[in-house]
Amino acid sequence: MGRRHLAPYLLIAPSLLFLLLLFFVPLIQTIALAFQTGSGIGLGNFNQMVGDLDFITAIKDTFALVIVVVPLQLALALGMAMMLRKVRFGRDLVLWIWTIPLGISDLAAGLAWLSILTERGYLNTVLFHLGLIPRPESWLTYETPTALFFAIVIAELWRATAIVFVILVAGVQLVPAEYEEAASVFGATSWQRFRRVTLPLLRPSIQTALILRTVLAFEIFAVVLAIGGTNFPVLISQAFIWQNQNQVYGVAAAYAVLIMAITLAATLFYLLALRPRAGEPA
Amino acid sequence: MKPIKRALFIAGVVLLCAWTIVPIYLVALGGLGGEQVVYAWPKPFWPLSWSVHNFSAFLAIQGIWPAMLTSVEVAALCMAFSIVLGAPAGYALARYAFSGANTYRLTILLTRAFPVGILALPLAVSYVRLGLYDTPLGVALIHTALALPFAVLITSSLFLGIPRELEEAAWVFGCSGFGAFRRVVLPLALPGVAATAIFAFVISWNEVFAAAVLTVRHKTLTAFLLSVLSESPLQAQFAGGFLLIVPSVIFIFLVRRYLFAMWGIASR
Repeated sequence: MGRRHLAPYLLIAPSLLFLLLLFFVPLIQTIALAFQTGSGIGLGNFNQMVGDLDFITAIKDTFALVIVVVPLQLALALGMAMMLRKVRFGRDLVLWIWTIPLGISDLAAGLAWLSILTERGYLNTVLFHLGLIPRPESWLTYETPTALFFAIVIAELWRATAIVFVILVAGVQLVPAEYEEAASVFGATSWQRFRRVTLPLLRPSIQTALILRTVLAFEIFAVVLAIGGTNFPVLISQAFIWQNQNQVYGVAAAYAVLIMAITLAATLFYLLALRPRAGEPA
Repeated sequence: MKPIKRALFIAGVVLLCAWTIVPIYLVALGGLGGEQVVYAWPKPFWPLSWSVHNFSAFLAIQGIWPAMLTSVEVAALCMAFSIVLGAPAGYALARYAFSGANTYRLTILLTRAFPVGILALPLAVSYVRLGLYDTPLGVALIHTALALPFAVLITSSLFLGIPRELEEAAWVFGCSGFGAFRRVVLPLALPGVAATAIFAFVISWNEVFAAAVLTVRHKTLTAFLLSVLSESPLQAQFAGGFLLIVPSVIFIFLVRRYLFAMWGIASR
């Protein structure tokens, strides 16, 4: 009997120990490193971080990306998940194609869109054939910040909508078809069925998808570097520069703490904003 | 649906498929087409000449092969660690009711909703002290921290799907606890465990930030491409991008049956 009680703990122990060493210890170390200054504990690293020329730009760019990209991804993924239910032929093929970006690295996605959006790229070729531009135009320099911003938005939409889509499809599969059938018996239009039946039942999935996507969106890195180089500073690329180029680990850690605080706040926001209302099942 | 509505619907589905595939096709064109395609204006939308020459020119770039081998090594290690550490925990969550199970599950979910990559920043300092800096093992460890939560949750849902009665029947016929696991549960769970392993491989293969922070000379393919972004010619960048995409497309095809099981369970 004693052995059977012990068994589950022995089985989870290795993974717990691992996460302790490679998750919780570095987590504490990051915080310690960020608040360490030459003479003791203080906000020196944070002052240096805020005093950095690109700091405000990085904050603005990162938040702008998250605020634009995440809702668009949710809308697109919801649309795709609803469409998938009506696909009659080749459902497996469509499903596979729509989930391909799930396995594609952010760096590769950035490079794919670079091949389209670069000066002599495919977008400009199409625009040229349509007679809209006479010669190659560059969109990805610091002189064209708006075009650069939308280039990154499009690459992110392409790459990371699939994860939201998969989570929502998994959620849709758990919603019994009878609910919608009942609604249509009572004369609900397809929009009403979506708005009043499907969407509320999908709330847990939407919550998960939003939390996961927002956390990852604040970490946006390689897409930005591949497309915009250093023309588009974001929080994590600043952390990378302080770590690898300037080799000031304290300031890099300060950025890390800032990113953690932001993602934690975002997670709490979603947990509160999308919590089940009184009388509803969780 | 009315015919017109149906046609519009099909057009939409096809359009969304094209939206996914066309960029992959175009980066392949750039990577395989070499210089004359990359700098052509206006650009052709089909290959001028398929030649392996351009791609082998890319592979001849100093550092590509070692980086690829490092990537495979790191990803293989990450895969092994994730399964060895994650599958037992997944089994425990699926089969035993023990106090602390919910706390453990919550801890796992929490680590997943956390920007794990940035933990590479302090790890760089401790790795130097431990001799793990700039080694495939060091990178594989942080990648395992990324992949482990997935491995635990996916394997737990796999084992939940295998009826407990089968295992109990094996006990009745004289199998030991481990024997029953090996002869009954494992064969049934194997395809799913393989899918989990592939998923861990892809997570590691694609990771950029931690790999770039923790390596200098023994870079993974992603870290290598990132470090040469500003100095390498465009056709090399596109070839690198295409090379990164190919395994991902194959892997997603292999694990497609398990994608929804993992996310359906993981989101509750």
